[in-house]
Amino acid sequence: MTETTSTSRQRTGAGDAPPLVRAVNVMKSFHGNEVLKGIDLTVHRGEVVVLLGPSGSGKTTFLRCINQLETIDGGRIWVDGELMGYREDDKGHLHHLTDKQVAAQRRDIGMVFQRFNLFPHKTALENLIEAPMQVKGISKKEATARAHELLEHVGLADKPSAYPGALSGGQQQRVAIARALAMDPKLMLFDEPTSALDPELVGEVLRVMRDLAKAGMTMIVVTHEMGFAREVADHVVFMDAGVVCEEGTAREVIGNPQQERTKSFLRRMRSEEQQERQDEQDLEQA
Amino acid sequence: MSETQGGGSDRPGVIHARPVPHPGRWVALVAILVLVAMMISSFMTNERWNFPKALEIMQQAPVIEGLLKGTIAGTLGGMAIGVVGGVLIAVLRLSQNPILRFVSFAYTWFFRGIPRLVLLAMIGSGVGYLYRRVDFGVPFGQQFAQWLGLSQDFTFFTLNVNQFSSTLLAGIVGLGLSEAAYMAEIARAGILSVDKGQAEAAQALGMNRGITLRRIVLPQAMRVIVPPTGNETIAMVKDTSLLSAIPVITELFYQTSAIGSRTLLIMPAFVAVTAWYLIVGSVLMVGQFYLERYFGRGFGMTRRQARKAQAKRVARPAGMGGA
Repeated sequence: MTETTSTSRQRTGAGDAPPLVRAVNVMKSFHGNEVLKGIDLTVHRGEVVVLLGPSGSGKTTFLRCINQLETIDGGRIWVDGELMGYREDDKGHLHHLTDKQVAAQRRDIGMVFQRFNLFPHKTALENLIEAPMQVKGISKKEATARAHELLEHVGLADKPSAYPGALSGGQQQRVAIARALAMDPKLMLFDEPTSALDPELVGEVLRVMRDLAKAGMTMIVVTHEMGFAREVADHVVFMDAGVVCEEGTAREVIGNPQQERTKSFLRRMRSEEQQERQDEQDLEQA
Repeated sequence: MSETQGGGSDRPGVIHARPVPHPGRWVALVAILVLVAMMISSFMTNERWNFPKALEIMQQAPVIEGLLKGTIAGTLGGMAIGVVGGVLIAVLRLSQNPILRFVSFAYTWFFRGIPRLVLLAMIGSGVGYLYRRVDFGVPFGQQFAQWLGLSQDFTFFTLNVNQFSSTLLAGIVGLGLSEAAYMAEIARAGILSVDKGQAEAAQALGMNRGITLRRIVLPQAMRVIVPPTGNETIAMVKDTSLLSAIPVITELFYQTSAIGSRTLLIMPAFVAVTAWYLIVGSVLMVGQFYLERYFGRGFGMTRRQARKAQAKRVARPAGMGGA
């Protein structure tokens, strides 16, 4: 697979337009255990941001904070200029939003989970039309037409009536991506989308994500796939122990890391990758 | 490695193995056959069984009426209230509001703690003694009206408890209230059995809690809820015989045993009522099978799907399968 640069992708000017996601000093603790210690992140429209870091560094938690699956204890997150999870009154006091208001904020943010979380009692097609019909009130006919289109996009045009249990992990994850896209989100969050997959199924999911990035979707991706990060990410953020250690372009962070923690993490990832490659060669020789 | 791959007619072929002998099974079969033969012979020779009479009792008008009203309508009504109430109480129990959680706990504690027979007897005669009538209106409306000297006392609807408390409907309400306590625990287990990721996925798509519960969580919980609910329904068929404590006597057991003691055909009456209970229970088991299949869709395979998949696997050359 040859490496393509991400410059061919259309991007709106990062400088002048307001950012799509602005997170400032985000803090989060679970039972006194501080998981996020003041994260700052800015994501512009059309940008692909990859969050790297060892497990337990808070990447997934931060991703879940963006669409309010976790409430934050400190800092602020704005998506498309809208403060997430809270309403600020004239005096500067914050008020929790109601369940319905939070649900409305989540509509425009798609999320893809490590374990797919497809609805097992619904077919692939039903998984795709459920939210557009229930949340947006789109007619069944319209939602179905759009769902078929999306299934074709992710290469599953022949599987609309398959239940998730009858699909492979890679197929399930592609349905899950299509399900998120069915809501026409302006932002897509990926939480280790390939970590639960068998190695030979990773490629098909990354391909769909790469196409999505090329089409100009704004994406925040938590992943351990270094190849994907190098190739697709406009901006790479390395997190460790609840703080951002280092950030920059993929070339800067992955190619020429400055921080010792980044370096040691990348070394570890690289040796794992080499080990895998070695295993493959051993298998071929056997 | 190469030995198994080598050609030649000396390679082992299709297996025709002798089954393991099970002499115990044959002994058990003979013993059971003898017992069944003895039972049948006793049915034929002991005239006190009097099966023709039992069949006759089964078809008598009061028995049929008791079956339809007390037993079948009682079961359906009781279970309807029980299932709806139970799911509601389970949802309250899992609510984030501690007061609602406590209400749910208290309800289950009370209704699961008292025997149905006692509950029905109490509804039948006790409640009507305490409250002759129940007025539905503005809370404390009558007191307010008195203070203010109004003629309107904010009562919209009055229930005559004395009349209501001895009806079949009161009995159904009693059975339903009691059943709801048990169904609540079943529904709670069902809801908790659904993976947390399901609700998260639904919320991430912008569904609010209500839609998430109704469209995503409960349908999946049903897979776990249905089998024990079938059990509860069959138990409810039998518990409708407690309606006589209300006292509601248009009920299967009361009617048949009344005929039995009147005509001195006690045992044929018992045979008749047993047969009816078994018939109703069997019909319900068939219904349960279809319900389980419906709510199990997407999980495992039905027999037809398994056959189809098998056919596909055979049709596809080995090594080419999989996606």
